[in-house]
Amino acid sequence: MSGTELGLAISVFLACAVEAVEAVTIVLAVGHTRSWRSSFTGVGVALLVLAALTAALGPALTALPINVLRVVVGGLLLIFGLQWLRKAILRASGLKALHDEDEAFAHESAAARAAGAVDPTQFDPYSFTISFKGVLLEGLEVVFIVLTFGANQHNVPLAAAAAGVAVLAVILAGVAVHAPLTRVPENTLKFAVGVMLTSFGTFWGAEGAGAHWPGGDAALLVIIPVTLVVALAMVWLLRRRRAEGRATAAPEVAARA
Amino acid sequence: MRRIEGFIQFLWDFVVGDDWRIAAGVVVALGVTALVADTSLATWWIMPVAVLALLGASVWHAARSR
Repeated sequence: MSGTELGLAISVFLACAVEAVEAVTIVLAVGHTRSWRSSFTGVGVALLVLAALTAALGPALTALPINVLRVVVGGLLLIFGLQWLRKAILRASGLKALHDEDEAFAHESAAARAAGAVDPTQFDPYSFTISFKGVLLEGLEVVFIVLTFGANQHNVPLAAAAAGVAVLAVILAGVAVHAPLTRVPENTLKFAVGVMLTSFGTFWGAEGAGAHWPGGDAALLVIIPVTLVVALAMVWLLRRRRAEGRATAAPEVAARA
Repeated sequence: MRRIEGFIQFLWDFVVGDDWRIAAGVVVALGVTALVADTSLATWWIMPVAVLALLGASVWHAARSR
């Protein structure tokens, strides 16, 4: 396995694990509160739709000329990666609430209870719909990442395998603990995924647009750490700015009191 | 009609996200790279510089509004 393929596998695994954790929380909340059978049916149908999308779009993407593919995929990965990274930086610096699976579980459970009583022997459309939507929406991001990374490296099977292992690991963990996976360092993983998507997007986008990287694929070994360091520097700057803002505000509040 | 509008809105949210400037900036940076690639100048540095500038601007904009 080449370095780029290893990077592909790690990026896809981390991204899919994060999305799977969020989907598992939704399914656990609805299944636990209302109907496991209907929830699992929703999960099954959503997985079928996602598999069909992957099967339909995968060959279409890989049929594109390599430079067109790299510009399109690099551009999309960059837009996606920069959004992930921006949110991760804001979370790490305290400007945005951290994603909390316990809170998400409580919120979904409360909504499921508020939807009214359910007969456990009957099909429950609420459980089906919420589980279907949750898995489909989180899964779409997984499909996008698998297809873009896989098509670019002409190795969709490797990307799909990394995604499959991640989803399976999260499902097994969810079944084992039978509760939201709060111990998964989700916010740190999102930070890492943002860095990886942004770095690969920069690399492939530039190549597709006609640039030649000094050192070829080895340029990624510089792009990834530089992106990480810049993102961490932004977190540090924002934390310092917040701390200074609080220090300035505290005497003003005291003076007003 | 409402379903089509809903689908377009979903696609916009899914791809562009909550800061359209990032998407616009990425498209412009790729375009500039492609244009400069037709000359004899080095082009590899354009995307990293643009990406870091876009990230900084987007984070700064979000931080200021909080």
